[in-house]
Amino acid sequence: MAESIAFYTIAAFILGFAVLVVTTRDTVHSVLFLVVDFLFVAALYVLLGAQFLAAIQILVYAGGIVVLYLFVVMLVNLKRPPEEYRDPRRRSVLGFGLSAAVLAELGLIAFWSRLNPAPPLAASAAAALPVTGNTEQVGWLLYTSYLIPFEIASMLLLVAMIGAIVLAKREL
Amino acid sequence: MIDVFVIPLLKVVIVLNATLVGVTYMVLLERKVIAWAQSRLGPMRVGPYGILQPVADAVKLMLKEDITPTRADKWVFTAAPIISMVPALIVYAVIPFGDRIHLFGRDISLYITDINVGLLYIVSVASVGVYGIILAGYASNSKFPLLASLRASAQLISYEVAVTLTLVSVILMAGTLSMVGIVRAQESSHMWFGFVQPLAFAIFFIGGLAETNRAPFDLPEAEQELTGGFHTEYSGMRFALFFLAEYANMIVVSSVATTLFLGGWLRPFPNVAALSFLGIIPGWMWFLIKSFIFLYVFIWVRATLPRYRYDQLMNIGWKVLIPLAIANLVVTGIIRVALL
Repeated sequence: MAESIAFYTIAAFILGFAVLVVTTRDTVHSVLFLVVDFLFVAALYVLLGAQFLAAIQILVYAGGIVVLYLFVVMLVNLKRPPEEYRDPRRRSVLGFGLSAAVLAELGLIAFWSRLNPAPPLAASAAAALPVTGNTEQVGWLLYTSYLIPFEIASMLLLVAMIGAIVLAKREL
Repeated sequence: MIDVFVIPLLKVVIVLNATLVGVTYMVLLERKVIAWAQSRLGPMRVGPYGILQPVADAVKLMLKEDITPTRADKWVFTAAPIISMVPALIVYAVIPFGDRIHLFGRDISLYITDINVGLLYIVSVASVGVYGIILAGYASNSKFPLLASLRASAQLISYEVAVTLTLVSVILMAGTLSMVGIVRAQESSHMWFGFVQPLAFAIFFIGGLAETNRAPFDLPEAEQELTGGFHTEYSGMRFALFFLAEYANMIVVSSVATTLFLGGWLRPFPNVAALSFLGIIPGWMWFLIKSFIFLYVFIWVRATLPRYRYDQLMNIGWKVLIPLAIANLVVTGIIRVALL
């Protein structure tokens, strides 16, 4: 009971701040609401018992990536609102179409998972692991069952890094 | 009931108050030590040897007019000092000041809580503190604070990388992220990690100076170039919050360094039986003594070294400290795997 109250409160805050992020006129305020939103997502992770993920969420997203967003927003002066798009109606039609597609997808996923309920994966997997503790379990799974996706993700990051260096430094 | 609510609440109240009192007296200590280094007396008028100076300062700061510039972004301008103060204080939740003690027939731990991602919690909370500085510079709507805040945040982000890498090598040694667990690991391996990880210790200390914006890395407050730094437009209690946050962060860095590298609440040479008479000093006293030594060195360094230039600062961070920290991490990993 207490858990679902906490969940719905946090979820309401996440959605509320997400709405503020896209509706605020001032770009810096928008970025700040995004930080608050990330903090509430971290709270959701704590509620799920994933403390490691919560700390990483704050460290990487709230403390790292959004600081860089803020740099860009502050350096690119956006005090003046951008000029109106020529045909605002076309853009809103596109937006509504995409939103409807996402909504349909979510509904489909909910419907599908109700028909085929997944086995309680987390509990059984955690019981089979030779280590205890949140961080240890995440590390163990990353380097055993999910090694190949993990390596692919790190290759992707490496490529992005090399790409950034090449773009920033024309003469090597 | 008492164990769940009353004792933790009491601990929080005691730790926060002790921190704030410690912070105000750090300011006095700094003024005194720098004065002695420069053959002056320092504050002498308020109370004997100036020991009531922090009280006078606090009263002055509270009574001063609180000015918000007309063109400032009011909400962000108000939020910025709060954002920089709160992370500096909530970090104390996981710092272990001592082991468990018996008090009034109860078994009480001398830390507020021990979570299994303690060190990660400290790093992530500290990374949120950067926003206070960036937003203060932005919201003031004035060019010197903006330049200073850009400098400060670039410096913080650069040095955070090196410091976090040294923390990883300590985690490799201890095999846990819990702050209490790290002290216990030093107890069971009969060695402070400062002796097995001297390079990590040195990098952590230099990075700690840079992350708290202390001399010789106090570029964000370089008076000659930037008037007062990112808090130029602040006055009264809001300015005081930035000031207190800086000193609170110094205490945090000292406490973390003590816990990770100098054995936390352990007495010196915990494996030498001949020195067991040192055990009459309780663990929390050892913790405070070690942290105090760090704080003193912080002030000593400020009184001794001139300020670096900005490009030198970035060179040290990216071209010296980060490669050294990575090399140290790799060597530590190899040795750990070879020993297991």
